[in-house]
Amino acid sequence: MVSTALFFLFAGFAIMCAISMVYHKNPLYSAISLVGVFISLACIYVTLAAPFIAIVQILVYAGAIMVLVVFVIMLLNLDDEPKSSRLKYLYALGGGLGLVLLAQTLFVVYAVSRTPNQAIDPNATVGNTIDIGRAMYTDYLLPVEIVGVMLLMAIVGSVVLARRLSQPALELVIDNEEERRSEELTS
Amino acid sequence: MEETLKLIFPYVVVLIGVLLAFQGVLMIVAYTVLGERKVLGWIQGRVGPNRVGPWGVLQPFADLLKFIFKEDIVPNESSKFIYYLAPMIALTCALMPIVVYPFGPTITTIDWSFLPYGIAEGVHMLRLVIAHIDVGVLFVLAITSVGVYGIMLAGWSSNSKYSLMGGLRSSAQMISYELAMGASVIGVVILAGSLDLTEIIRAQMGSPWYMRWFIIPQFIGFVVFLISAFAETNRVPFDLPEAETELVAGFHTEYSALKFALFFMAEYVNMFTVSMMATVLFLGGWYVPGLSHIFDVGSVPYALISIGAFVGKVIGFLFLYIWIRGTLPRFRFDQLMNFGWKFLLPLGLANLIGTIVVVFFLNR
Amino acid sequence: MEPNLATYLGLSGVLFTIGCVGVVFKRNALGMFMCIELMLNAVNLTFVAFSRYYADVHGQLFVFMVMSVAAAEAAVGLGIFIAFFRNRQSIDVDTASLLKN
Repeated sequence: MVSTALFFLFAGFAIMCAISMVYHKNPLYSAISLVGVFISLACIYVTLAAPFIAIVQILVYAGAIMVLVVFVIMLLNLDDEPKSSRLKYLYALGGGLGLVLLAQTLFVVYAVSRTPNQAIDPNATVGNTIDIGRAMYTDYLLPVEIVGVMLLMAIVGSVVLARRLSQPALELVIDNEEERRSEELTS
Repeated sequence: MEETLKLIFPYVVVLIGVLLAFQGVLMIVAYTVLGERKVLGWIQGRVGPNRVGPWGVLQPFADLLKFIFKEDIVPNESSKFIYYLAPMIALTCALMPIVVYPFGPTITTIDWSFLPYGIAEGVHMLRLVIAHIDVGVLFVLAITSVGVYGIMLAGWSSNSKYSLMGGLRSSAQMISYELAMGASVIGVVILAGSLDLTEIIRAQMGSPWYMRWFIIPQFIGFVVFLISAFAETNRVPFDLPEAETELVAGFHTEYSALKFALFFMAEYVNMFTVSMMATVLFLGGWYVPGLSHIFDVGSVPYALISIGAFVGKVIGFLFLYIWIRGTLPRFRFDQLMNFGWKFLLPLGLANLIGTIVVVFFLNR
Repeated sequence: MEPNLATYLGLSGVLFTIGCVGVVFKRNALGMFMCIELMLNAVNLTFVAFSRYYADVHGQLFVFMVMSVAAAEAAVGLGIFIAFFRNRQSIDVDTASLLKN
């Protein structure tokens, strides 16, 4: 009863926030709407008996990724998107894609609601920290290690991308480039 | 009727608990402000506020009235929705972690069946924690990290360059010091073997003396936690967000009246919750060594003395905050960033690795 | 109406559709990035729902991996956006046409 009401509350909130994210032209408004989606999804995870994933969702998505996005928006001081000069057929394409996906969603809902086996074992607790930790460090040890290496690569990559070259290094790069171009011209 | 009452009763208990906890915290926060002004006065050889009420005890209420009756100025070109949203986010995220802290032991000696309509039939335990969740430590860290939005959005929506720079400055500060704080917390989690705050307190009770309070095996972690807590709550010596004498206040430059009061309260509530976190993680929470020999575990006097000990430890931390504010000068921004990234984070990680190695060889 | 597996899948499908349409409609690189995050979240919801209804923890582990990938993607992606903004003074994807001719 209570969990049903909570589910529909948060589901409605998530869909509203998602639509407002696509609708708003200002990137900061979009970002805040997306944070709303993440937080309502975290609440839905709690009703699905997955507290660990719910908290990690807030910690990683709302607390780290979106903070970075908002930080970048503030740093670049982005304004509203200008009037689109894009080809009109893209809008038709997007609308058509949306309709196809929506039809697919309806089909999935219809097909799944006809399958009989949907009872939940109320005593089953699969979302506790201890279960997740045990599975993560026994069955999934290699993927976890790979994810760790991948995060390290991401750190190195983003530092390299965001680095500003010092003046002599920058001049060296420009000189090399000019040399290469002149060689290309002569050959 | 009776069925409905029985169904509603647990929710009512939780609701009353939340209201009491929030009221209590807000009162303590109000008197922390008064205590801060008094203690700063003593440190600087002044008297401090002494006009409103005897010894100035009614000063917080006078402050509140002043905040309410001031003119509420909204900048013309601001984004109104976000401008109003930001202080609410700040205060909500400051208050929310309170619900997961256990502030006392479970009381088991009272039989609650005397309540009418049999609503509490068979209930013997009164847990002195509002929401007992499995991932308490992560919950606190998550809500704290969401609290950054209040500051960033306040800085952005005011449409003023001082606010924007202040917002960027303080959100960069909070993001940077969150990492060191997380690294120091994980050391405690490894020793306790749980993310549950109740379990962390229990882990500090029965072990040998050198493990009794985690401040002993995790002293480096404690220092790292304390320093990053000062930075997280924007207090001296890391109070660049409100360095009004040098940097034009910061993210709340354009806020006035009650909306400024919300930011102000959020700062002090943050101080309080971080002190509670430090108490639970490093000073054993409500646990008083040797008390179980005098009173029965689970009896009412045991619980009351434990609650008193908890509040006393938290107030000790609050006094430390005020003491340091009266003593230390402010950091420069580049010093703050260098200190956070080049000293505090490596120290926290080294402490974490050391803890892992020691625990690994002890458990073999 | 008690929510069942079909309801969760329906919600996830609607969110995925909104995200997918958003990627096509938005021309701001950050906006597209956020729409992709929304699609990843819709998929995460199906994983958690299946994990609940089959009482199996592996779905939640997939969610954990997806989150790590999203975090790495955010770090690198935002680095690229900042570098791009330095060169072009905008993060409109339509201006990223240097290789066109």
